[in-house]
Amino acid sequence: MKILVCISHVPDTTSKINFTDNDTKFDTNGVQFVINPNDEFGLTRAMWFKEKQGATVDIINVGGPETEPTLRKALAIGADSAIRINTEALDGFQVAKELSAVAKEGNYDLIIAGRESIDYNGGMVPGMLANLIGASFVNTCISLDIDGETATAIREIDGGKETVSAKLPLVIGGQKGLVEESDLRIPNMRGIMMARKKPLEVKEPQGAETETKAVSFEKPAPKGEVKLVSPDNLDELINLLHNEAKAI
Amino acid sequence: MSVLVFTESEEGRFKKTAYEVVSYARGIADMMNTTVTALTINADETTSLGAYGADKVVHIKNDKLAKFTANAYASALTQAAQKEGSKVIVLSSSANAKYLAPILAVDLNAGYASNVVALPESESPFTVKRTAFTNKAFNHTEIKTDVKVIGLSKNSFGLKEVQKDASEENFEPSLDDSHFNIEVQSVDKVKDKVTIADAEIVVSGGRGLKGPENWGMIEEMADILGAATACSKPVSDMGWRPHSEHVGQTGKPVASNLYIAIGISGAIQHLAGINASKTKVVINTDPEAPFFKAADYGIVGDAFEVVPKLNEKLKEFKASNS
Repeated sequence: MKILVCISHVPDTTSKINFTDNDTKFDTNGVQFVINPNDEFGLTRAMWFKEKQGATVDIINVGGPETEPTLRKALAIGADSAIRINTEALDGFQVAKELSAVAKEGNYDLIIAGRESIDYNGGMVPGMLANLIGASFVNTCISLDIDGETATAIREIDGGKETVSAKLPLVIGGQKGLVEESDLRIPNMRGIMMARKKPLEVKEPQGAETETKAVSFEKPAPKGEVKLVSPDNLDELINLLHNEAKAI
Repeated sequence: MSVLVFTESEEGRFKKTAYEVVSYARGIADMMNTTVTALTINADETTSLGAYGADKVVHIKNDKLAKFTANAYASALTQAAQKEGSKVIVLSSSANAKYLAPILAVDLNAGYASNVVALPESESPFTVKRTAFTNKAFNHTEIKTDVKVIGLSKNSFGLKEVQKDASEENFEPSLDDSHFNIEVQSVDKVKDKVTIADAEIVVSGGRGLKGPENWGMIEEMADILGAATACSKPVSDMGWRPHSEHVGQTGKPVASNLYIAIGISGAIQHLAGINASKTKVVINTDPEAPFFKAADYGIVGDAFEVVPKLNEKLKEFKASNS
């Protein structure tokens, strides 16, 4: 089985979010970048397929050279080879289009992406990619098994879950549940050494068009002070929630 | 030219978000001087959409669409959009809407903006405000394509009543087997319980509750308030509560009217996930807990003392206000 895992290079979940250049660009100053958490759950599930069922695992990212440490980390976790499409990721459609060219060429059985990146939260790359290459698609995927040509997946729905089956090739938008948090792997020294020797191919982009443009950013207005209510005066809390916040 | 809006229903009945997306579509249609067409799939009740500004309701009744399948639903929407000549298609942020939106966007060569929180700031260029960085920031996005798909964040626009006499028509999209390439085997849905996605109020517990055996008072509060229950990441990681209750950056987003956090310190990832809630209440023993900086109302106190008392007070309140 040939697996491709799409890896977004995103600010660590604890990062302070600031913007520069008149609020048009994310301020990367002092920010640690990591594998997008939703992608990491998928990558770890890919490792499971590799070890238990036999598979090759390629990883791919659309981005500049600054994303390579993140790709090397994914290689250290156990992916076999990496591809970087050498262009700035500007919108979901452009990324999906660039990925689709490599995906078609590589004849992958399974393409794993995260349901969304935690920076831009577009939530569109996996679905667009699936549609562009004519593959089956399961979003918000929390469990995935593959038997021959057939995949059985569980998808999270509002208020529950749904079990579906689909023929390969398949694209999933993955998230936590594909593996547990405790299954995530921290690269060991041997993995890190090996990752240095694994192939990381830089491909020039197709020059896909964008459909949207992030014009500017803003931070939410600072919040007012919390109103503290004494634990001995719970009627006051109910009064505030009812009359002031109109929340109950 | 009509703005097309997908009004989702469950077991034939519209969800509240259906009225919110119609209200929003009405707002866009007024900006663009056009009309609103609502598309329903297997909805029984049909007259209520006019009250939120739909000029026309297009019904699809098709047994093959009884279960949600993203490709088939996306195709039905594509065909309806083409029939109506729609330049703007409005969807909710439900799991199903987020599933079909990128498929629809590719089919229509449309730019797609998700998590949109307000009416377009301008029509030309067509710019919308959306959340990014998991609610830690907003992003103004221009959609450059002729056709545009918008996913509206839940509870961001609200319901606006505008009475229209909506005309009705039936529509049969042409669907083939390729639209059903994902086969639904089973659906496991919680019955008689409010879901986090639909809830007006969410009651959430953290590590401060010390163990899963102490969740009774959380569930009791949720019962009294008609709320959904949720939990922080460590709680779901330790298996105290199911993953489906985990809210936060890598869990479910919450955009309820009221979010009550009990024994949750408020890690930045947690706060990001629940930030879109309108009113936030925290109950925690530690006055230095970061949640107090994010909350509207706070009680510094022991949950094991405060929550049972608060539940009694809430019961009294509910009894005298219903």
